[in-house]
Amino acid sequence: MNYMDYLKTQDFPLFWCGGCGNGAVLGAIVRSFAALCYSKEETVVVTGIGCWGKADDYVTTNSFHGTHGRALAFATGIKLANPKLQVVVLMGDGDGVTIGGNHFIHAARRNVDVTAILVNNYNYGMTGGQYSGSTPLNSITSTSRYGHIEEGFDICQLAIAAGAPFVARTSSDDPLAMQRFITAGLNKKGFSLIEVIAPCPTHFGKNNGMRNAADLMKWVKERSISVARAHTMNEEELALKLIMGILTDTEREDYGSKYSRVIAAAQEGRRDIK
Amino acid sequence: MKKVEFSVNDWCKSCGVCAAFCAVEALIVEYGEKPMFLPEKCTGCKLCALRCPDFAITVEVNEV
Amino acid sequence: MTLKKNIFAMGNEAITEGALAAGARFYAGYPITPSSEIAERSSIRLPQLGGMFVQMEDEIGSIAAVIGASAAGVKSYTATSGPGFSLMQENLGVAVMGEIPCVIVNVQRSGPSTGLATKPAQGDVMQAKWGTHGDHGIIALSPSSVQECYDLTIRAFNLAELYRTPVILLADEIIGHMREGYCPHLPKEIIERKKPLCANRDYKPYDFCGEENEIAPLAAFGSEYITRINGSGHDESGNACGRLDNADKFIRHYHEKFQKNRDDIIETKSFDLQDAEYAIITFGCSVRSGKAALKLARQKGIKVGLLQLVTIWPFPYEQVAKICEQVQGVVVPEMNLGQIQGEIRKVCPTHCSLWGINRVDSQMITPYEILAKLEEAAI
Repeated sequence: MNYMDYLKTQDFPLFWCGGCGNGAVLGAIVRSFAALCYSKEETVVVTGIGCWGKADDYVTTNSFHGTHGRALAFATGIKLANPKLQVVVLMGDGDGVTIGGNHFIHAARRNVDVTAILVNNYNYGMTGGQYSGSTPLNSITSTSRYGHIEEGFDICQLAIAAGAPFVARTSSDDPLAMQRFITAGLNKKGFSLIEVIAPCPTHFGKNNGMRNAADLMKWVKERSISVARAHTMNEEELALKLIMGILTDTEREDYGSKYSRVIAAAQEGRRDIK
Repeated sequence: MKKVEFSVNDWCKSCGVCAAFCAVEALIVEYGEKPMFLPEKCTGCKLCALRCPDFAITVEVNEV
Repeated sequence: MTLKKNIFAMGNEAITEGALAAGARFYAGYPITPSSEIAERSSIRLPQLGGMFVQMEDEIGSIAAVIGASAAGVKSYTATSGPGFSLMQENLGVAVMGEIPCVIVNVQRSGPSTGLATKPAQGDVMQAKWGTHGDHGIIALSPSSVQECYDLTIRAFNLAELYRTPVILLADEIIGHMREGYCPHLPKEIIERKKPLCANRDYKPYDFCGEENEIAPLAAFGSEYITRINGSGHDESGNACGRLDNADKFIRHYHEKFQKNRDDIIETKSFDLQDAEYAIITFGCSVRSGKAALKLARQKGIKVGLLQLVTIWPFPYEQVAKICEQVQGVVVPEMNLGQIQGEIRKVCPTHCSLWGINRVDSQMITPYEILAKLEEAAI
């Protein structure tokens, strides 16, 4: 398969702002689909609301465009109803872990076999650059003109704490890592999260003195360290660092597989699911 | 000898990401313009095509 | 369950069995009194039939999972009560705009807010229709017995599949928790959503114009048809669309598709109305007190009949208007402050008096309260 087959190029150019990282993430996704020879009929892209939530407009697979913050809950129903489907959930930092935080931690805890690709651009881009649950302390946004007084949480640590078996982070300047982690996540049986730090030059960038995408991406690059190097650093050194790489990759039986054992027990009149 | 063909379609928004991250500075993006390609510097790694957020860049590398 | 003989069961149990008989094989929900028995029984019975049960983190996630499962081709349902029903409203809109069949059981309890959690009420009538924002139509049915819990749940699924819509089963704590004999008969009819017959690439999930009942075929994720489900403004193919004409066409469609099919959707039951000079018009648990009052009044020579609204939405204006035309006065017992009465007033001619009996103290309306109003009226 050619990755372009997964794109609705008749609707191009993409509506995202110049320099926004979303398109590069979409590229890594469709290249992963092509590498894995995903059938369009068996793939469902589930989105919520936000800039990244518009991504389903551009894919030629099945799509489900739901409500803000609830993509993972819709995806849970889709995947459990038909386990043969490849369910990919696209959310931003606002959609995924701010309004969607409750569904995020429970989808990870429940370990439903879906792949969450969360683009973190540190603010709500679509609605005009307001701060989200991931916006760093002191950042200027359209709702924190005096400097943000809250600290954004570490999305990957949140997923790991909730029990996600596969969690990786990279940034949109690194297309090879994006594709590698997305492919690994898609292949993972269970809840997998790939966080991609991406620039929002129009709002977060402009509000924080980094008018063009490249400046923002370099600001991220400077704070990025590998998982290996992170192990050598203490708490204090790690403070403002972004650990990039595969942060966890464990085996946990996914919800659907376990539930098929519930079905077997129920149909055989047993009350114990071995 | 490698010969690289570099092209940019009209989806380009002149965001400058390709040029900013090109390891050998083989691209220059003027304000509002498509990237200018300097073939002599280019190694044919194609990362600019993968980094482009708008699927605007195509890089073909042929053995000549 | 193909038993023919009656079994003695709780309303919530009959609702569950009705869902299973209708072919439902997915439940996603969140515990809330007085509906939790539906979740508990579903968690036991669904896996026995190869179906799935998942308890979600809240009601917002529950209805989202239900809609997702239905879009993947499995008949799905959830059960809740007022507070959960309120949380479900935004995503209910996705089922409306995405035209995804599903059944939401609301076992009403005394509200608003947490209210009296274990006590009955009928105060969510307007919420069932207008709870989710924006112009749209919806279907709501209301059972008044354990048998109707079974029968109307089956009908709810059939209507949901036929008209690609969420259907609200507007039960209440009394009906949900009472026990009565009922027959879990094989459904006379099980309707499945219309499937596309066109070539794969021509399929459009929202191309309703050519369809005689204004309902487009619905493929499931994973079928040979690529399907785009969209809870935002979309065109026939499910692509995002902001064109004025398209918005106008679709938003009117979400209303028209019920008006065009009213005769099939609307169901009422009549008792002793032929010679009636007075009528009781009511729904749900209040029907039971109404029937008792009917007997007592007839024994006292008062010519009264009863019209049971089985379908609440779309509201049975024609049936109600016909009765109001015929009688001198209508009594409307309901455990709220007049939500059904308000709709009846819209079609009630001036010659017909309209009296509400409205209890919101969480105690069921008694037959004697209804009888007293009839006696007062009939002097």
